[in-house]
Amino acid sequence: MTLLTHLFGRLANAAMLLLAVLVLNFCLIHAAPGDPVQVIAGEMGGASAEVIAALRAKYGLDHSVLEQLFTYLHNVLLGDFGYSYYFNQPVLGLIAQRLPATLYLAFASVMVAVVVGTLLGVVSARRPNGLLSHAVTVLSLAGYAAPIFWTGLLLLLLFGSVWPILPVSGMADVVHPRTGLAYGLDVLEHLILPAATLALVFVAQYSRLARVNMIDVLSSDYVRTARAKGLPESVVIFKHALRNALIPIVTVMGLQFGNLFAGAVLVETVYSWPGMGRLVFDSILRRDYPTLMAVLFFSAVIVIAANIATDLVYRLIDPRIRGGSR
Amino acid sequence: MSTVEQTLIVPRTEASNVKTAANAAAPGTTTMRVQPVARALSPARAALRQFLRSPSGVAGAILLLALILATIFGPMLYPIDPLEIVGLPFSPPDADALLGTDYLGRDVLAGLIHGGRATMTVGAVAALITIVIGVSVGALSGFFGGWIDSLLVKISEFFQVLPPLLFAMVLVTLFGPRLTTITIAIGAVSWTSAARLTRAEFMRLRDLDFIKASRAAGAGNWHLIMRVVLPNALPPIIVSATLAIGVAILFEGGLSFLGLGDPNTMSWGLMIGQNRNYVLDAWWAVTFPGAAIFLAVLAVSLVGDGINDAVNPRLRRR
Repeated sequence: MTLLTHLFGRLANAAMLLLAVLVLNFCLIHAAPGDPVQVIAGEMGGASAEVIAALRAKYGLDHSVLEQLFTYLHNVLLGDFGYSYYFNQPVLGLIAQRLPATLYLAFASVMVAVVVGTLLGVVSARRPNGLLSHAVTVLSLAGYAAPIFWTGLLLLLLFGSVWPILPVSGMADVVHPRTGLAYGLDVLEHLILPAATLALVFVAQYSRLARVNMIDVLSSDYVRTARAKGLPESVVIFKHALRNALIPIVTVMGLQFGNLFAGAVLVETVYSWPGMGRLVFDSILRRDYPTLMAVLFFSAVIVIAANIATDLVYRLIDPRIRGGSR
Repeated sequence: MSTVEQTLIVPRTEASNVKTAANAAAPGTTTMRVQPVARALSPARAALRQFLRSPSGVAGAILLLALILATIFGPMLYPIDPLEIVGLPFSPPDADALLGTDYLGRDVLAGLIHGGRATMTVGAVAALITIVIGVSVGALSGFFGGWIDSLLVKISEFFQVLPPLLFAMVLVTLFGPRLTTITIAIGAVSWTSAARLTRAEFMRLRDLDFIKASRAAGAGNWHLIMRVVLPNALPPIIVSATLAIGVAILFEGGLSFLGLGDPNTMSWGLMIGQNRNYVLDAWWAVTFPGAAIFLAVLAVSLVGDGINDAVNPRLRRR
């Protein structure tokens, strides 16, 4: 019951936050220099006076600002995020087309990053001054400092021209039918480089985090007890110690979801992955405001969803906060 | 007035005691004679000493200094205009252009040397904006508590929901890709972590005895915040400021990469953004500016880590 009330509270809060994002979107469009209709007309390659008048009426620009805000919120509630003049279709449809590819890329990267990062951290924590431990430190520094689009371009250079063994562009070869096992394998092959590039940043973070936590946990009393009981080392590490060392990683993973999404946008641009990144890039180029605003809104939705999910996972793996004291 | 000043001394001795304790605890670092010298050192100097003991921190500081000097004096020593076409497009590195030319035939080395100015300036100013906003919000929130705190926490929560890079990207698209817009946008979206940190520090310090004493001595809120609490909350803020510079440099690169660089000012990010479509024709035009960004961020974060270890003895055992 406490969990349900808690969840309900989180959802109510989420709704408020999303409403605020919409209001912010509206204010930004209005604060931006230039009349939106003129911009749209300009992007359409010029428009007659009637078209401009029609656009004004469509966007309700002949009404007061407050009325316009309510019209905007009303439209969004009905699922109308505006119309993209560059892509010539409703924004919502555009996003729905692109979102799966981005989520696919993001989840693949996170999975890789958590598994590889945790393993590296655990193994290096067993010898805090060993070679691997130093390697993890160097990797985490390099992974933090290297711009993700640059590592992407370097990998593209490596696998695109020096050692061409992996596809470096798109999500699938055009020759395949879009179903079946062969298609799935093809997509998987195309996923390797983008996912590896995106994962690298997070492997760097998680391995460092896992290492520090593991060193902490391994020196705690309960681990010493477990060892004293004569348990095999693998059980001590993977059953006793790892569970506690994982908690901070889950926290960071949830907090980092916005960055993951932004990273995906950059990586997709490098490898022409057909997700939100391409959409963002094209809409920046064409100054397609409705699309950009919708992307910002949906990224907020994803971040909030990730935060709530993290919170729930957290409650599952850490019994101390399950009581619902917060 | 003098009583207030006296209270200011209290936390200082407290801080140096922490230092002595740390030195006494770590047997390897007994070069400093524990009691008398530590007492004579100000916390800042003690931290500097500690910093100079960390090889990676010093290496980062040297690298950073070299980069700063190169961006200040480099353009005088290598006065080729980075926006001017000096040769054929995509000329590989040779005697004429040491690092080759880009897709328009502009000198890549000139771009690196002159572009560093814009990149480093954006990094530094955006980090300053980040810290000013973050520290103001965090300080008010942590110091006053109550409804001010609730309100500011709500605002921070709102900003945390928007992925910073995407938010900055929307701002720059709407208000135009100029260096000032880019700098302000980066500063405006990335202050939440500094705010969270400052708030926690202020909450911790707010109820300590020396603050109470200062308040009892008649210090006003403004004086307490600026002169009493803030100086004591400074160490973690400095660390987060260093990291903010690195983040800002990466953001400038990311925005430029997405086509949102200022086309009239050469910067490292702009070089990558403009040449990225030709990476297979001219690897040098992308690789070198990226390496420059990498080195700058690396230097800043090494310095940040070094400062963190120096001012935060508890974490030194990593």
